[in-house]
Amino acid sequence: MAEIPESILRRSAAARAKAEGRPLDEILAEMGLAPEGGSAPAAAPAGEPAAAPVAEAVAPEPAAAAPAAADPGGAALEGFAAMADVGVPESLIERSTRARAKADGIALPGAAPAAPVAAGGGGGAAAAPAAAPVAAIPAGVRTQRLLTVVKANAIQQVKKEPHDKVNTWPHLVAAEFVALMVMTAFLLVFSVFVDAPLLELANFNEQPNPSKAPWYFLGLQELLSYFDPQVAGVIIPGFGIAAIAFIPYIDKNPSVRPNDRKLAIMIFTFFVMASAILTIFGSFFRGPGFNFTYPWADGIFFDF
Amino acid sequence: MANRNGDDQRVALKERIAGAADALRQSQVWTSIFRPGSPFRHGYSDSPRNRSYVIMNNVLYHLHPVKVKRHGVRLSYTLCLGGLSFFLFILLTITGIFLMFYYRPTSPAAYNDIAALATDVAFGQIVRNMHRWGAHAMVLTVFLHMARVFYHGAYKPPREFNWVIGVVLLLLTLLLSFTGYLLPWDQLALWAVTVGSNMAAYTPVFGAQVSFGLVGGVQITGDTLLRWYVLHVLFLPFIIVVFMAVHFWRVRKDGGISGPL
Repeated sequence: MAEIPESILRRSAAARAKAEGRPLDEILAEMGLAPEGGSAPAAAPAGEPAAAPVAEAVAPEPAAAAPAAADPGGAALEGFAAMADVGVPESLIERSTRARAKADGIALPGAAPAAPVAAGGGGGAAAAPAAAPVAAIPAGVRTQRLLTVVKANAIQQVKKEPHDKVNTWPHLVAAEFVALMVMTAFLLVFSVFVDAPLLELANFNEQPNPSKAPWYFLGLQELLSYFDPQVAGVIIPGFGIAAIAFIPYIDKNPSVRPNDRKLAIMIFTFFVMASAILTIFGSFFRGPGFNFTYPWADGIFFDF
Repeated sequence: MANRNGDDQRVALKERIAGAADALRQSQVWTSIFRPGSPFRHGYSDSPRNRSYVIMNNVLYHLHPVKVKRHGVRLSYTLCLGGLSFFLFILLTITGIFLMFYYRPTSPAAYNDIAALATDVAFGQIVRNMHRWGAHAMVLTVFLHMARVFYHGAYKPPREFNWVIGVVLLLLTLLLSFTGYLLPWDQLALWAVTVGSNMAAYTPVFGAQVSFGLVGGVQITGDTLLRWYVLHVLFLPFIIVVFMAVHFWRVRKDGGISGPL
């Protein structure tokens, strides 16, 4: 069997003693260990709970402070003292002891704020090294600083959710490269066969009939033949653009599922189709004088 | 025998070339150019670690994260419309710079320069064609990108403001196309722009001023040509690049590509 450090054996003996309600020394004897420190045999018959060996060592502190040993807070204070065994810094134990005492309404010896816990007895071996790091930091020196405050709804998505992810290289980059090559090839081939239009030199004295705007404004030009110029040329496009820009602030529906957004999709589709129809109408169904024509009857009056 | 000897020599030469290539790829110059993870580096292997490094140690890291959601890679989700808009912008910049070498924005010269592209300049006509069709395609892809984003609900929080930037980018794209429309200085350009800028004159209250500022006078002249040329090749590209930078940055900061439907 591997060598088990004595301190651990002692700790398990203490736990067993507490669980079975037997004296600690009896269990220590069973395990073949020497009884607790010199004062322990004397303390045990004196009616000590014999629960935690360290608590026992530091017990004189609360006992001396509060002669009414039966008070309920006493046990709690002993619990804090036991933390010194685990390596909790002494200053923290002292602070929580005070806080608990204050909350429970127990009077502590306020006159002695410095090291009241470790002052107990020689048995508090763990408390002594724990005090060292506390003393190493000079007063007034802060050992931590605030790097940033992350708000719940910050601009950056802090919360990491598990996602089905793939490497950008090669998966996304390859797809993009293909798209880019296809677009280039299409433009190149199209440009070989279809020349950009170039009519005669600009002439201020000869207005062609019909005069048409670039294709993406032909929907607006089409509107001009129905409404007053101020309505068709300024108010409708102005409000249209503003409405598009404000979509995210108007549409408060958080869902992105098409089934939940029927109204939004319907309205958007209506306006997209309306502008597409107006643009096609203005492009192909308007002839000389911007009058209605059929493109198959009178030809197309449209240039890209 | 002679044949066998020749084979040996060839093998030796091959080894020497391979050795030289290896030495080159291990040189300081080479390793300083191709950062860890680059497939061009010596001893590259296709490992998950190197796949991450390719993006992380690359200028592409400004555009793409190391990993993306699987559904975002599907062509049917984005149709690559935003990427194609950006690519078309780059293509238009390249072809546009080519065209600038042969173009003077003055009244009769502009038309003659454009006409000369077809006859005097090597590849002049095809580059002009690509510039024009690419511009129309970009208007289309930007618009379709907007529609795609709408139908996916990708403008919802936290992406609201990126949608607004996208609308600004759409307007800038239209303005870039419109200012370029005048530059050939033919009948089509002159009268299309006349019709278009007449609409601006209907702006309430200060319509006359808007029209005057846009055209650079009471009617379109050679001065308008210079004004729109500068807007087209310098001012608007500068503005659109700034907005594009913010747009791409916000895509990353708002959590990458939007979720599936």
